[in-house]
Amino acid sequence: MLEITLFYIAATIALVATVLAMTRANAIHALIYLIVSLLAVAVIFFLIGAPFAAALEIVIYAGAIMVLFVFVIMMLNLGEEGDARERGLLQPSIWAGPTVLSLLLFAELLYMISTIEGPVSTQAVSAKEVGLALFGPYVLAVEIAAMLLLAGLVGSFHLGRRYLEREE
Amino acid sequence: MEGLNIPLNHILLVSTLLFSIGMLGLMIRRNIIFILMSLEVMLNAAALAFVAAGAHWGQPDGQIIFMLILTVAAAEVAVGLGLVLQVQRRFKTLDMDSANRMRG
Amino acid sequence: MGDMIWLVPLIPMLSSILLMLGSGSLPRVIIGLLGVCSVGAAAVLTLLVGLDFLANPQPFQMTLWTWMQVGNFSPGIAFYFDGLTLVMMSVITGVGFLIHLFSTEFMEEDVSYARYFAYLNMFVAAMLVLVMADNLLLLYLGWEGVGVCSYLLVGFWYQNSANGQAARKAFVVTRIGDTAMALGLLLLFTQLGTLDIQAMMGVANEQWQVGDTLPLIACLLLLGGAVGKSAQLPLHTWLPDAMAGPTPVSALIHAATMVTAGVYLIARTNGLFLLAPTAMMIVALIGLATSLMAAFTALMQSDIKRILAYSTISQIGYMFLALGVGAWTAGIFHLMTHAFFKALLFLGSGAIIHYLHHEHDIFKMGGLRSKMPVTFWSFMIGSAALAALPMTSGFFSKDQILLQAYLQPDAGPWLWLGGLLGALLTAIYSFRLVFVVFFGEAKTQPDGDTGWRMALPLVVLCGLAMVGGYFIIPVAEVFPVASGEHPANWVEYVSISVPLMGLLLSYLIFHSGQLNVDKLVNSSLGQWLRRFWHSGWGIDWLYDRIFVRPYYRLSGIMVNEPIDAIYGLIVAINQTFNHWLAESQTGRMRWYIASMVFGLILVLTLALQISAEAL
Repeated sequence: MLEITLFYIAATIALVATVLAMTRANAIHALIYLIVSLLAVAVIFFLIGAPFAAALEIVIYAGAIMVLFVFVIMMLNLGEEGDARERGLLQPSIWAGPTVLSLLLFAELLYMISTIEGPVSTQAVSAKEVGLALFGPYVLAVEIAAMLLLAGLVGSFHLGRRYLEREE
Repeated sequence: MEGLNIPLNHILLVSTLLFSIGMLGLMIRRNIIFILMSLEVMLNAAALAFVAAGAHWGQPDGQIIFMLILTVAAAEVAVGLGLVLQVQRRFKTLDMDSANRMRG
Repeated sequence: MGDMIWLVPLIPMLSSILLMLGSGSLPRVIIGLLGVCSVGAAAVLTLLVGLDFLANPQPFQMTLWTWMQVGNFSPGIAFYFDGLTLVMMSVITGVGFLIHLFSTEFMEEDVSYARYFAYLNMFVAAMLVLVMADNLLLLYLGWEGVGVCSYLLVGFWYQNSANGQAARKAFVVTRIGDTAMALGLLLLFTQLGTLDIQAMMGVANEQWQVGDTLPLIACLLLLGGAVGKSAQLPLHTWLPDAMAGPTPVSALIHAATMVTAGVYLIARTNGLFLLAPTAMMIVALIGLATSLMAAFTALMQSDIKRILAYSTISQIGYMFLALGVGAWTAGIFHLMTHAFFKALLFLGSGAIIHYLHHEHDIFKMGGLRSKMPVTFWSFMIGSAALAALPMTSGFFSKDQILLQAYLQPDAGPWLWLGGLLGALLTAIYSFRLVFVVFFGEAKTQPDGDTGWRMALPLVVLCGLAMVGGYFIIPVAEVFPVASGEHPANWVEYVSISVPLMGLLLSYLIFHSGQLNVDKLVNSSLGQWLRRFWHSGWGIDWLYDRIFVRPYYRLSGIMVNEPIDAIYGLIVAINQTFNHWLAESQTGRMRWYIASMVFGLILVLTLALQISAEAL
């Protein structure tokens, strides 16, 4: 029962933190909430028997990627004016339509998942199994992921280098 | 570590809610940094759905797809933040609506 | 000598090409020399060939090369030379030479001197091809060639849009006849298998009986072409307007040569027409009706050139009458004498117009007798010949026509009477012209009389108009032998006396004033007739209502391209959609995202729908 209770707590934290992250005017505040949300999701991963995924979630998502965000936000030095601006933009006239669309989509998804029954497996999937599958049948996907990362590396280097050059 | 009797559709409900919130953020925010954050949320929601499904069947495939999503997210953030820098330099703002001029 | 005849059309043709290419760079003297001498050379060659032929009258045929070879149809660039060809060639090159000479003075001050001679030489070449052609296709080439030259020369002063209008009218109206003729050629070829004139007439005689339907149709179609070209009813309306061109052009093309091409065509294909007596009768009736209609109209005109134009239509009507009654020789004879005296009259009027500052209205002239003696005598002789006073050339030809018309078996005396009425009218209007222009009191002052280049052609043509009647044209071999019978002597006496009566009437009305017709003219019927005849029997008005205006109205509708509106609608719909889609390309990322989400919702809805149905 403990796990189930933990799951609901983590889920609530994740949802609340995400909503807050989406509605903050200050980028750093939003980022902090987002990290909270990601950590909560990591807890859920842990609870449903995917400890390796949980670890990756913390290390890469909440760690590396979010740190990247922090760096960039610090570099841009947005300040108070930006916050005021962002706050001014969060008006009902702006979010009413998108909210309706989101709710519609959510309703549809809800209808789809309502047909699914049963709990998740009691058998946890260990890192070993994941590793075996990854370099077994999924080796091609690994290659593709590697290519993607390389492309991302080259792309970000190209974009960032020009930015720095202009600054000089 | 053992997964216990957490109903699958509840996990998927969380995932769906996260996805919808991320999408809502994507639609209402104009700051490119928030747009990127919203994308992260949506990717994360999808990843949660995959992992949950993998756990439901006791198969590793869900986690593998999670890793691929992680890779995609990392690459996307790297390039996206590079673009953020360029947008800031060029338009002196991060508001995407002011960067709406299309030149072929 | 006969094998030189291909040079006759070639020389004017080359000269024309040279003038076209060199226009603008050649000095005027060279242009004049080239234009006149090329036709002169053609005339000399014609003379030599003609003397040769008269010594040894043997028709010959000459093929230069095969024009085209399509199946069993192989028309050649081939010439046929016999007496009829010789007569036509002599008229074309001889009168043509004189008119070219006249033009050098008449057109002296014109800017487009070279263009004028280029067209005129081209016309002579095309006309020669027309009369020398051995097959009907080559004849048709010449036929269209003269049509084009006529068009170009009528609209020679194209800066005035009325002239362009007249040129277009001439072109379009003759085109109606030409289309009929083209159909006739197609019919003849499909039925007889050849267009070589001599061979064709031979085959026609074997294949068809007198009175068959097919030769009738073929003849009527050819007649359509002839009627268009020779300005006969009902396609005569272009000729009076064609007077917009320079006067020597009117003399050469619209009096002496081109308009008689229809007569030549019928005479050349006489073998066909003899197979269709009905067609012959129609030819005669058209000729008579045209000649009377035009004579009445000429009586009421006041423009000197229009009088001559209607008189030309009337005289060609006589030629048609002659052809229709089988008086082939008389018809061709009248063609020749008419070419002499009508060219003379036109050149005379050209001289008057030239020295009276382009004055056309005869009632603004008067008393020119002493001031322009050469012109006066030209007009006297020309009018006398036109009126067919005894001893002039016109007398011999017209007399023959009237007598042979009398002998026509079906309606001979009636045709003769109609012809007599026409002759009376001809005498009246031709001397009306002379009396009004040259007698009475002077109303304008001419700049002088003609220079030698104008006077020489006038004098030579005067001579020809006087003695042309004594020529014996060598066409006996070409046409079937006419019956030797003669009508009663009184017929001949009446025929001779009628023109004299006309002269007398004209004198009494227009010169001495002893016969006062004012009362008659001023009565309401007289006024109405006057207007009716002056307008050319309202035919122009009628055509304008029946053909021209409805056509313009149709064009007015078509100019907006009603059919294209359908395609325009498709374009408009596409543009509207394109506009809508372009509107959606705002460049706003949130808008794109929202649309993507909307699409996603739609797709999911569809997917759910389908899976629900599958269950």
